[in-house]
Amino acid sequence: MAERLYVGTRKGLFELAPDNGQWDIAATHFLGDPVSAVLAQGDTVYAALDLGHFGAKLWRRDGADSWQELAVPAFPPKPEDAADDPHPWSLGKIWVIEPGGVPGRLWAGTMPGGLFRSDDGGESWLLNEPLWFMPERRQWQGVAGGEQPGISSVLIDPRNPDDIRVGVSTAGVWASTDGGASWSIINEGMYNEYMPPEQKGLPIAQDIHRLARCAAHPEIVWCQHHNGVFRSEDRGHNWHEITAIRPSKFGFAVAAHPRDPDTAWFVPAVKDERRIPMDGKVVVARTRDGGRSFDVLRNGLPQRYAYDLVWRHALAIDASGERLALGSTSGGLWISEDCGDSWSAPEARLPPISVVRFASN
Amino acid sequence: MATVRFTSALKRFLAAPPAEVAGATVGEALAAVFEARPALRGYVLDDQGALRRHVAVYIGGEAVRDRVKLSDPIGPEDDIYVFQALTGG
Repeated sequence: MAERLYVGTRKGLFELAPDNGQWDIAATHFLGDPVSAVLAQGDTVYAALDLGHFGAKLWRRDGADSWQELAVPAFPPKPEDAADDPHPWSLGKIWVIEPGGVPGRLWAGTMPGGLFRSDDGGESWLLNEPLWFMPERRQWQGVAGGEQPGISSVLIDPRNPDDIRVGVSTAGVWASTDGGASWSIINEGMYNEYMPPEQKGLPIAQDIHRLARCAAHPEIVWCQHHNGVFRSEDRGHNWHEITAIRPSKFGFAVAAHPRDPDTAWFVPAVKDERRIPMDGKVVVARTRDGGRSFDVLRNGLPQRYAYDLVWRHALAIDASGERLALGSTSGGLWISEDCGDSWSAPEARLPPISVVRFASN
Repeated sequence: MATVRFTSALKRFLAAPPAEVAGATVGEALAAVFEARPALRGYVLDDQGALRRHVAVYIGGEAVRDRVKLSDPIGPEDDIYVFQALTGG
């Protein structure tokens, strides 16, 4: 299978391939349209669009075939007794698409907080009703002060496709061990600085910017939280704060090494009203000792008057654990072949980047 | 038969030629179009069947009043225009 990197932007999807040791844009898709999520499994690529006028859309390409539009996840008719539900019952956007661990199965995390499952490669979608109809769902807070909560992260245990964790902005980490038939909130040990004191530690008050799990050691989960960086050694139940993160603890993205449970990458920024890199320098923070210490990596990244922010899904790692990609709100795109020690940028001036993702085998 | 015409901005995504349809309301006319072209529905309506926030529908030069239930009456000679409200950059 060919090596590919997909970059979803405000103005289209860019497909990159290695060319003489340098990654370059090999094809463009959906030019002009906002891309909100991407999944590439082998030669099959899914692209979710967030069209300003015409809503969220989903397209799939199989191998060399042309793109085919699929059904999008849809919410059921809103019942009369749900008039006081603070969340819209209509798909805002598809925020993340993840493989479900069995052939044909996909999970889609969305705004306004619906989790959807497909068992036919995205041809049709079913709302996970136990999560959506749960009374606590009405307590979920919107992303960035908006009205729509968002499921940004869906973790499927590689050993058991019925073991699911979802990370929500803003509603903590929810877990199901029965394939989504029942759910409970599990995250203990996080805190939310901006909440009133008595609510700071409530699991549901936690703004989970992004979760990442070590594929070979699925009990290890990393979290870039609104208020800092946390790590769990028990599949997302108990969390401890990683205070050694440098140069700052705010950020959106996290990538976990696929085999080494002690290695992860973050992209720190100035919290949280400003959301810019510290001192105008783009850096990546890497730990190789479970969060006790961090290397601040900057070789090949802009170090002068750079105001690139990296969103939740715009830091990716491939199956080798050595190759990373980083995309920014300023359209900066950097790729590392050496675990982040050095970065290079393809020649391009891209639109703002929402998601980067390597094709998996 | 009323005529429903769609913005050319949809051409990039799917075919949306003018359609002559029967119906007493905007909702009935659109439903008749979507019966023949089901993929078009999600571009115009949201999950609850209301007009998308950034889609506008005009009948004879006037914006429809009921954007949720689409109950505005139409006559057999009416031209119904579906187009995008201007947003974004």
